[in-house]
Amino acid sequence: MATQQAEQPRAGASPPPGKQPQGAKRERRDFIGASPVTPYLFMAPYLVLFFTFVLAPVVYGFWISLHEWDYLLPGKPFVGLQNYVELFTPGSVTSGPFWKSMEATGKFTLYSAPLLVLVPLGVALILNRKFPGRTFFRAVYFAPYVLGVAVVAVLWRFLLDPNIGLVNYYLGRLGLPDGIPWTTAVPWVWVTLVGVTVWWTLGFNAVIYLAGLQDIPRELYDAASVDGANAWQRFLHVTIPGLRPVLLFVVTVTILASANMFGQSYLITNGGPGDDTRTAIYYIAETGLRQFNMGSASAMSFMLALFLILISIVNFAFFRQRED
Amino acid sequence: MGEGRVGRGLTRRDFLGLSAGAGAGIVLAGCGGGPQNNPAVQGSGGDGGKTYDGPKVELAFWNGFTGGDGPIMRQLVEQFSSEHENIQVGMTTVEWPEYYQKVPVAVRSGKGPDVAIMHSDQLGTNAARGVIIALDDVAGSLGLKEADFAPVVWKAGIYNSNRYGIPLDVHPLAFYYNKSVMEEAGLDPNKPPQTGDDYMAALEELKGAGHQGHWVTPFPFTGTLSFESILWQNGGDLYNADATKATFNSDEGVEALTWLVDLVKKGYSPENVGDGAAGTAFENGKNIFHWDGVWTIAVWKEVEGLDWGIAPLPRIGSGTGFWAGSHNFVIMNQPSADPNKVQASKVFINWISEHSIDWADAGQIPARKTVRESSAFDELPQSPVAAQLDSAHFVPPVPGIGDVQPETFDIAVNEAVLLRKEPKAALDEAASRADQLLEENRQKYQA
Repeated sequence: MATQQAEQPRAGASPPPGKQPQGAKRERRDFIGASPVTPYLFMAPYLVLFFTFVLAPVVYGFWISLHEWDYLLPGKPFVGLQNYVELFTPGSVTSGPFWKSMEATGKFTLYSAPLLVLVPLGVALILNRKFPGRTFFRAVYFAPYVLGVAVVAVLWRFLLDPNIGLVNYYLGRLGLPDGIPWTTAVPWVWVTLVGVTVWWTLGFNAVIYLAGLQDIPRELYDAASVDGANAWQRFLHVTIPGLRPVLLFVVTVTILASANMFGQSYLITNGGPGDDTRTAIYYIAETGLRQFNMGSASAMSFMLALFLILISIVNFAFFRQRED
Repeated sequence: MGEGRVGRGLTRRDFLGLSAGAGAGIVLAGCGGGPQNNPAVQGSGGDGGKTYDGPKVELAFWNGFTGGDGPIMRQLVEQFSSEHENIQVGMTTVEWPEYYQKVPVAVRSGKGPDVAIMHSDQLGTNAARGVIIALDDVAGSLGLKEADFAPVVWKAGIYNSNRYGIPLDVHPLAFYYNKSVMEEAGLDPNKPPQTGDDYMAALEELKGAGHQGHWVTPFPFTGTLSFESILWQNGGDLYNADATKATFNSDEGVEALTWLVDLVKKGYSPENVGDGAAGTAFENGKNIFHWDGVWTIAVWKEVEGLDWGIAPLPRIGSGTGFWAGSHNFVIMNQPSADPNKVQASKVFINWISEHSIDWADAGQIPARKTVRESSAFDELPQSPVAAQLDSAHFVPPVPGIGDVQPETFDIAVNEAVLLRKEPKAALDEAASRADQLLEENRQKYQA
């Protein structure tokens, strides 16, 4: 966007008023010295993928959400916006569980996202220093991320079992309470789900931060030191501004990832106690893929997507504002 | 196309009639072939369908035997293949929860198995969705009838007055007990308690010796299964006769759940039992009376130093009764099915069924009467449970019924056993939701 705007006045300096856009276009074409379709051809491979695997499924998904849709039943009656209306009708089959699952997703995101933004930043700052064994520790912090969710979840479900788990056993040995219901009662289930997720994924964000930190020119720190800035001031006025684009990326990706949490609660808490930790994706998967009510499930997916789009917009607006 | 007909669950003949019709593409997408190829219609297998002498075929056989039962079935399949030169069977195993998502997709895309296993409570759903076909003629040509099986099992494979499954086994909930700990606590290890009063007295005894004797699990395996069993013992049922209303919140149901919750409240069970923890605790001698499926026999056998016994569930309610599932052979709705393959599948089903005494090593109770009444079966640990087979209860094969439980009484049992809700309140709430889901299912499948 920015480059395009800068280019236009320059290219179209002389043409008569009113014909400016056309002139600008011609000039640019001359500049590139190729047919007008060239840029589109360059983009074509990606566009093909985008249309096939993103846009078409989205449109198809919306079409599905307007029906009672079980892909194996011959009758797929068109119901208009009924699936959406039901989500907003108290007492309907889907509305209660859906909003409860949205609440669970919201809670998890609220608890986990701040930790997943801050803890990896701390880890990255430490790992960015020079000390013996640095590479080893970088690998250590990243290691859990390579594990699949099934491995992580089964591992922690055993470790955190309220009655026969290792964690409670050692807590007991240390004279601490040894009956903490890590996987069966609120609020402990949230501590478990958030803790496991932070342990599992902090390495990813830390690596992104590390790359960002190494992009900040050394001279800025030197200059700040010369001006008498202490470590905290250097962090606040050099590191944080230098990391701003990286922060935007990390915050956005982390919120989206947290809002899509499914495997941990599916495998560690079974969505329980009751259905307190059944997240939106969990409920959508059950509705669409287990009960084969794909129309309702698609409508729910669109509602969830709408929320995530809104959050992302706020997020972008917040970071853009601070750029000025 | 004929929605209503498919909705009511179609027989093979209905289906073939339909497939000749214009709208067949919906179900048949991507599949060639035609009805004239179907051997079941032709009634081939003049020898009663027990042998196959056509050209060499390869059968794809799918199931969800991921536990100790997997290797045993694989061995049976290998033995079958080695005894039948012209039938080679390839076995594919997928975990059950995923299995019921994958099989319909595979069948729909023409890449499904030729023959497969499904649980009896899944037959209605899969018949209504056109995944499996009616097998009345297969049962007929193999000469299988109710008298060859336990009646409860045989009937569990019927949906909409058509047979969709040939039962392989029955796997009820059973009562395991740790003999050495019972002895230490002053109980007779050879006389496991079989009535409610004896059971409570024994738990009290164990409690005195410092044991929490019966770990109650707030998860489907096996908390919900225990609840269902006692509900049936009390004379109650999960749903009304035509499965349009939930009845698990009846007095019988509340009483059943209250009994389980009281075990926790009175300290016979720890609170907050994790998923699978009760079984692990049984292996370690911490859980003494453990209710679990007969399929876990294979697990306990492998645990060194565990001196265990097995009995039918104690009679907590006014009658006998216990939850049971049943693995059934099914044949997939493949319109392009090769007649030779269908014939070979019949031979395979019949052979495995006849050899199900080996399958019983996995802890299962063979569905076939001749096998169950053989002396070889008498020696297996699960035979005392099999003696009460007539008291087994199955979840009815109603389309979509499997989706109701996880949304309703699984949650009620969970919340009550975790002491978050009173049994009655939890069950009432679940029942009103179940009514909604049953109604939704009824509309969806137009039953």
